[in-house]
Amino acid sequence: MPPVLRATGLTKVFGPREQEALRLAGEGVGRDDVLRRTGCTLAVHDVGFAVERGELFVVMGLSGSGKSTLVRLLNRIVEPSAGTVEVDGQDLRALSDADLRNLRNERVSMVFQHFALLPHRSVRENAAYALKVRGVPAAEQRERADWALRTVGLLDRADARPDQLSGGMQQRVGLARALAADSDVLLMDEPFSALDPLIRRDMQDLLVQLQTELHKTIVFITHDLNEAMRLGDRILMLKDGRTVQLGTGPEIISAPADEYVADFTSDVDRTRVLTAGDLLREPRMTARLGQSTGEVLRTLGAAEANGVYVLDDGQRIAGVARDDLLARAVQEGRTAVGARELVADYATIAPDRPLVEFIHLVGKHAVPLGVVDGSGRLLGVVPRAAVLDALAAVPARREG
Amino acid sequence: MPHIPLGQWMSDFIDWLLAAVPWLFDAISTVMQTVVDGLTDALATPPPVVWIVVFTLLALVIRGWGLALYTVLAFLLVVSLELWVETMQTLSLVLVAAVIAAAIGVPIGILAARHRAVSVAVRPVLDSMQTTPVFVYLIPAVFFFGVGVVPGVVATILFAIPPGVRLTELGIRQVDREVVEAAQAFGARPGQILREVQLPLALPSIMAGVNQVIMLALSMVVTAGLLGAAGLGAVVVRAVTQLDVASGFESGLAVVLLAVFLDRLTAALGHPTALSRLLRVRTRRTPPSGGTAETPQRSEEPAQASA
Repeated sequence: MPPVLRATGLTKVFGPREQEALRLAGEGVGRDDVLRRTGCTLAVHDVGFAVERGELFVVMGLSGSGKSTLVRLLNRIVEPSAGTVEVDGQDLRALSDADLRNLRNERVSMVFQHFALLPHRSVRENAAYALKVRGVPAAEQRERADWALRTVGLLDRADARPDQLSGGMQQRVGLARALAADSDVLLMDEPFSALDPLIRRDMQDLLVQLQTELHKTIVFITHDLNEAMRLGDRILMLKDGRTVQLGTGPEIISAPADEYVADFTSDVDRTRVLTAGDLLREPRMTARLGQSTGEVLRTLGAAEANGVYVLDDGQRIAGVARDDLLARAVQEGRTAVGARELVADYATIAPDRPLVEFIHLVGKHAVPLGVVDGSGRLLGVVPRAAVLDALAAVPARREG
Repeated sequence: MPHIPLGQWMSDFIDWLLAAVPWLFDAISTVMQTVVDGLTDALATPPPVVWIVVFTLLALVIRGWGLALYTVLAFLLVVSLELWVETMQTLSLVLVAAVIAAAIGVPIGILAARHRAVSVAVRPVLDSMQTTPVFVYLIPAVFFFGVGVVPGVVATILFAIPPGVRLTELGIRQVDREVVEAAQAFGARPGQILREVQLPLALPSIMAGVNQVIMLALSMVVTAGLLGAAGLGAVVVRAVTQLDVASGFESGLAVVLLAVFLDRLTAALGHPTALSRLLRVRTRRTPPSGGTAETPQRSEEPAQASA
């Protein structure tokens, strides 16, 4: 399946000598030098990415990094100087004005940093805006708008005016306006940056919850790496209009592409970004039900470990065999590891859970924390050393 | 330094214009004369109390009790000064000039806000229109339209257009860029964006422009009196030529009373009062929704929470 949204070589120059600026930028001249030599601002240069259906794609950069321009290039509110944007394989630059308006109306919605609601219209009328532009009958407008407002928890304020609502509520209206349009693609330009931290957190939760229900394809702009890490399936790091790094949150944290990214990642709360899946390692040893008790005891001794996971035929954890119980079994002449040798001296976690949720379990038991899938199969373990590494490590520089 | 006959060229141009399209000026003259006369008749014929009641109600609805009270007292004073008819003649001249000036100025302002080239081209024209001494307008106005009320109205229009253009352009340019982008992002057409977003949000500024248009039109009344337009201007001119302090004071006062009335009324149009806002909110809330009967106290809560 083709990506829902694809940007290729996307470039935007603001200023009078566009062609010359493009040529210089193509030769690798920096943004400041382009400005000095042509008087043109190189807002975005040669950015390319593809967003899959249902993906939450984050573009992260500081102010002036070109991220606001980039998101406006994606629905051609800003005309690209070079490069293409495709929505479902349709090149936006090939569209007529009317077709472009239809595409914006039906397939790509946008949420704005400062909400951008119409102050003279009610909350419901704001939510229904795309439908009104589309020419949908009034009753259906109302129905869709009310559905969207209920989804964001604001239906009881449908008749209020935007200025009667708090900032967080206004952005919920902004979100409802985008949802009511029922488009696949959602462009969100720093939607939560203007909100208080607590409200921002609520809105992030709301977005995560909506995303699990609605599976929109989202491009989310932010300057907050914690937000990016929290929400993004993948993150594009933008600096001076150019892509610095593109990867998942843990990839960026563990291998920042350069000093700029490393600076950012040093501020990130790793316990919320890194998941059990990121930290898991191959267990040094496992035992099977029915294996020789003496053999398991010797392996444990050689590894200077106190316990080992015992797995059944389906790789599921049957229990933990501890050295003291194994020694007694050998003394008492039981040769095969069975139920009497097993204790429940272990804890498990699913691979997608963040470190903050399981850090207190690490190192508490005779065996390292087990990472298991939905059917209880052991995927790997998180030893204490792995956690300490991840938290303390000066991240390794990526090669190249 | 040789003399450049700029003045002669202008004079020749005016002569040529006059010879080329005399029917145009006749037509303009006839239409304006008819409109001003009709409006004056409507304002001055009924007993003063009729229009005083109407003005007072307008003041009450648009602005509130204070202006309503002022309106009653001010116009009663005008009646007692025996300047009612002249005041109504002036009012009709001002209204006609202001409506035409706004009808020309606001669209030009919209164009200037949307097209940079128009803005650049229009600005020096506006500058010269505002700074050219008023009496300079009068000379061609008399050539084209003779004496009487029409050249006065035309000169008044020329003088009053610039603030209408400027404040309209400014108002539209000041509309939050993100809100305009939002309309674009949801597929609105340029015309829709203008009607549904830019004009409503620029309305306070546009109304401030209309207010300025009316005030400037009023300030031209005396000048129009010089050309023989009936009204308070004519009274002032007579008082000046006869050095009649009493008459000059009374007619001057009537101009001020009218000016304050028009200013407060039109200034309030851009910013709805608490009363009219309340009325509007109520009518909007009640009919279709039915279920959402909210108390005013309730709706204030989130505003405080956000502060």
